[in-house]
Amino acid sequence: MILLNGRPSDVPPGETLAAVLARLGLSLDARGVAIAVDDEVVPRSRWETHTLADGARVEVLTAIQGG
Amino acid sequence: MDPSDAPAPNVPAETPPSEAPSNDPLLIAGRTLHSRLILGSGGFPSLELLAASIRASGTELVTVALRRVDPDARGSLIDVLADARVELLPNTAGCHTARDAVLTAKLAREALETDWIKLEVIGDEDTLLPDAVELLRAAEELVDAGFVVLPYTTEDPVLARRLQDIGCAAVMPLGAPIGSGMGVRNPYSISLLREAVTVPVVLDAGVGTASDAALAMELGCDAVMVASAISRAQDPVLMARAMRAAVQAGRLAYGAGRIPRRRYASASTPDEGLAEFR
Repeated sequence: MILLNGRPSDVPPGETLAAVLARLGLSLDARGVAIAVDDEVVPRSRWETHTLADGARVEVLTAIQGG
Repeated sequence: MDPSDAPAPNVPAETPPSEAPSNDPLLIAGRTLHSRLILGSGGFPSLELLAASIRASGTELVTVALRRVDPDARGSLIDVLADARVELLPNTAGCHTARDAVLTAKLAREALETDWIKLEVIGDEDTLLPDAVELLRAAEELVDAGFVVLPYTTEDPVLARRLQDIGCAAVMPLGAPIGSGMGVRNPYSISLLREAVTVPVVLDAGVGTASDAALAMELGCDAVMVASAISRAQDPVLMARAMRAAVQAGRLAYGAGRIPRRRYASASTPDEGLAEFR
């Protein structure tokens, strides 16, 4: 099971980050978005190729008003 | 610019205050800022009010935070800020450990394509005061990783110097707790801190109204950061204008050099030539 933004998801192991983004309604060139998998930043250049292992924790973040 | 080298802004007498700052830019890590007001984007009831307040404030640098994507979120903050032609200053708000702050900074760099980070590491839930130990640790790691680090810190001059010495590009001491609106609670410490470092000092947190921002500038701060005092004012756009004027007035007064405080009156009219009446 893969955790997406802190919640159990139906994302299957082996899915790419690009596919996960699409689930969230985001495209590969979405501005102001960053992804961490298991507390490591995955750069945009690897979103199409990075596949998720079972148990992965994915955080998809964006800029919001703050500070 | 080394602020200690430039105590007096070079403002021609005939220049109206509203145009003065262009003669007196602020330099942080090689970037020139013509406005000495940094705006926090938090707390605005709408993106429209944020955009209007940015225009009214004249700011060139606006903070943002990073949070999980909300698929239902409406409007794009990024688009609004791009249209306003301001630079982004991402923060690490909400982080309580150096580890979380460093990871958040790296995600911000990836998301927003900027090396600048307003580093916040919070140590107490009620006061949101910085955790000095974790802050220093995170700052060191981020400087090593090539970030331009602007740490939110206490008004402690010694800690500020430590942050400068490890390579922070500026320091951001608090006037009072975040969102408290209590103003500059310890002007003495802020002026000691100003003397203790050569990097720019940005008063952050605590500003409640325009006179607080002016006081910070009169104490020698190089800039003021304001969020809640504008975004939660009854009329944010009007308060943005007020803050702009206050920061300019305070900067000019700092450059002009105030008169010393006296215990008794000192007449400005000479006694000589005073008429005698019977």
